[in-house]
Amino acid sequence: MARIEIDGKTYEVEAGKTLIEITDAHGIEIPRFCYHKKLSVAASCRMCLVDVANAPKPLPACATPVWDGMKIQTRSPRAINAQKAVMEFLLINHPLDCPICDQGGECELQDVAVAYGKDRTRFIEEKRIVIDKNIGALISTAFTRCIHCTRCVRFGEEIAGVKELGATQRGDHMRIDTYMTDTVNSELSGNVIDLCPVGALTAKPSRFAARPWELHTAHGIAPHDAFGSHLEFHIRRNQVMRVVPRENVALNEVWLSDRDRFSYQGLYAQDRLTAPMIKKDGQWQTVDWESALLFAAEGLKKIPAKQLGGLASATATVEELYLLQKLLRGLGSNNIDHRLQQVDFSEKTTKAPFLNQRPADLAQADVVLLVCANLRKQQPLLNHRLRQAVLHNHAEVIRINVYDYPQNFPVSHNLTVAPHQLVATLAGIAKALDEAQPAFKNIEISEQQRAIAACLQKNNKKIKVLLGEAADNLPQLASIRTLTALIAKLTFATFSETGRYANSAGAILAGALPQQTLAGQAISGETGLNAQQMLSQSLQAYVLLGFEPELDSIMGATALQTLQNAPFVVAINGFCTEAMQGYANVLLPMALFAETSGTYVNNSGDWQRFTAAVAPVGSARPAWKILRVLANLLDVHDFAYTASDEILNEVKMLCETSAQTVEDSTWVLSAPQALCYLTEPAIYAGDALVRRATALQATADAQACHGAHVNQRTADKLRLSAGQQVKLSQNGGSAILPLVIDAALADDCVLVYTGLAESAGLAHDVGTIDLTAA
Amino acid sequence: MTHKTSSLISDESKADIDRWLQKYPADKKQSAVMAALRIVQDQNGGWLTPALIEAVAAYLDMEPIAVYEVASFYSMYEHKPVGKHHIKVCTNISCLLRGSDAVMAHLEKQLGIKKGQVTEDGLFSIKEVECLGACVNAPMMQIGRDYHEDLSPEKIDEILARLK
Ligand code: SF4
Ligand code: FES
Ligand code: FES
Repeated sequence: MARIEIDGKTYEVEAGKTLIEITDAHGIEIPRFCYHKKLSVAASCRMCLVDVANAPKPLPACATPVWDGMKIQTRSPRAINAQKAVMEFLLINHPLDCPICDQGGECELQDVAVAYGKDRTRFIEEKRIVIDKNIGALISTAFTRCIHCTRCVRFGEEIAGVKELGATQRGDHMRIDTYMTDTVNSELSGNVIDLCPVGALTAKPSRFAARPWELHTAHGIAPHDAFGSHLEFHIRRNQVMRVVPRENVALNEVWLSDRDRFSYQGLYAQDRLTAPMIKKDGQWQTVDWESALLFAAEGLKKIPAKQLGGLASATATVEELYLLQKLLRGLGSNNIDHRLQQVDFSEKTTKAPFLNQRPADLAQADVVLLVCANLRKQQPLLNHRLRQAVLHNHAEVIRINVYDYPQNFPVSHNLTVAPHQLVATLAGIAKALDEAQPAFKNIEISEQQRAIAACLQKNNKKIKVLLGEAADNLPQLASIRTLTALIAKLTFATFSETGRYANSAGAILAGALPQQTLAGQAISGETGLNAQQMLSQSLQAYVLLGFEPELDSIMGATALQTLQNAPFVVAINGFCTEAMQGYANVLLPMALFAETSGTYVNNSGDWQRFTAAVAPVGSARPAWKILRVLANLLDVHDFAYTASDEILNEVKMLCETSAQTVEDSTWVLSAPQALCYLTEPAIYAGDALVRRATALQATADAQACHGAHVNQRTADKLRLSAGQQVKLSQNGGSAILPLVIDAALADDCVLVYTGLAESAGLAHDVGTIDLTAA
Repeated sequence: MTHKTSSLISDESKADIDRWLQKYPADKKQSAVMAALRIVQDQNGGWLTPALIEAVAAYLDMEPIAVYEVASFYSMYEHKPVGKHHIKVCTNISCLLRGSDAVMAHLEKQLGIKKGQVTEDGLFSIKEVECLGACVNAPMMQIGRDYHEDLSPEKIDEILARLK
């Protein structure tokens, strides 16, 4: 402990902390530019100079540790003089173009200049200018405004884990730059916009769109990955102008992924559905809500319960999913599912994917086994915690996947194998951990598997085993899950599942499943049809919630075909596409993210409630209200909700009081295939909203998802070459795509992403694939 | 963006860089970046190309931008072709007071080029640099690894004649 005095007041503080940490904690204002609490200390801007007794010169608060007896003055003549001088220097080359700068009104330089600077300049010489550069679709640059605080550079090195921005040249010529013509491609890149204290880095998608003082803010929860970041909407005249992170120590800290930051663009896509529509005599007509709902209810009434199916996207809220399943079950059908990306439905019970620990616990890990997880791109901020474990705790990471996603930290064992080998690999590791198990009799253990097992068998170490989102897309899901959980058990590790979507866990808890209802309780009576069954054999009617079959379902063209064959389809959706007009009979416009209230359950197990930030576009309505009215018209009982809280309370009460019994699952080795088909949603195409975020589609990450990917050896074997158009054909589906040589794949695998128009013609049948020159 | 090949670096240069690498801990390869840049610059006749910068990045497991930060910071790294004899003329304060303007003017006249240019035969190039630490004997210039001090027009002519 140290006793220090700041501006005449005494404080008991922790010795060794920097002065700025102390003043920040006590709400004492010290101006700063280069200092940021989540970045290393550069002490380069000198804006934080304070007057310390007995020090020969003013000292930078950001780089000065406190000591016992220290006496600090933040507003003495010496301090004020230093602040004024630094401010004058910083403004020498600053263009002072605030009237045309997006940062104007929320600019740290502006604020500090007003509070601490002089009101006159003595500089009459020519100012320097810096030529701008296009560094990608998300960040707009005006480097002449840069004050060289290097926050953006340190962010790349320390948080994003890839150095893309640097400070080149020196002295007067110093500038922030990327290498040659490179763009900034990190999945966390948008955070430099928040970090930049001036208007040198601003958000490109909202460039020149609004002034900060015209905006008001509202809170929200991120709608894409299962991490559940907290965010803030900046709104003008009922329109979301931009999205920024909201600080949350337990989850996203001060960061936000690019996907969660820029997907709001989708809200204002050209094809938003703004009014209810019905198809009468083959003609689409816009009608009022009452007629549309009556039409939908009339249509559904005629259908025998067993012929009715409900499919929802896991980006829907707990309330919406709960009501959908309640509606269907009320009508006598258990045909309900949200597992649109899954192909293996052999597990009898479905458990909500939870980390079973806080994200901060992952940062304390010693050994981490990642199975089928692409944390870096899919859950960037969970990956950030893992990276902290590697950097600060020297955690060893073992990675096993079907695709070698680039990591931003060193990995000690990195295995990329075809799906069928994945099971054998996990079985080998499990056997190495417990040779006695009879089930492993015929399993061979490789040297590497033994090494991995040894890595995981450490006493007094925090071992974490994490099953990622990519397992869902594999036909071996059940086996992979069983073995991964077994490895966790044998190593006394924390077993985590990440889930893929914002509400992957919530959808399961809400009971949007054919075999279990709310809180994982088994249904009484016959199990309903799962997503795969519903999308391969046409039922007579479907209710779809936020679901675009050809893009959201792993069955692609087959799913679309099945719906086209269905006599009656009610689509509750935020958008209206040609495909929808082809298969639907009623289109009910739903309020999307930011427009509706609801709850997401993230993979940390937090029930995160949010309220509507803006009114829905057109006459769109919250889906829970649509479902409620539909249920009333269909005479389904207990649907008298007046607010979404009532629904939530009903769900939560049951979730808290009931425990799910999980049946033991088994595993089987799978046979190799001549050519193995792999697929997963493209990074910026996983749901309807992000697919319509145009800036994200222009990023390098999005671009990298196009085409049919094979490695060089596989291409040679098939006598195909890079860039060539190739034809992929499967059961009932085909697509012609350019061939991409991708070293991240195992031999004899071809990867095509779902969610993209170019691959919507494929059935994404993971069983078979034929690849030939087009 | 991936720039992942160090194949442009000759075996000899690699051996040279490896000697530098031995001086640093194995996980601090970037410590050798300045030496590596000098070595590949020499290999390439005195200047660096983007491809060479990328090659150094690949060889030292660094991002190209991090290598470029170094390469653009120090004026000893050249980013355009230079003459066989690259003449660096100091025009900083001591040399300026002792007549570096005249040195520069004389060189430009004798060689028929301006500072920043290379003679047609590729033999000479001139560059203006900051203090090279030889102020006691200002004005001065550096050619290759040698310092030439207390310069006068006659002395410059003599030096140029020797190098032609
Ligand atoms: S661009 Fe912004 S964040 Fe980066 S150094 Fe310049 S002022 Fe700082
Ligand atoms: S904030 Fe302390 S020197 Fe920049
Ligand atoms: S000023 Fe020229 S060598 Fe120092």
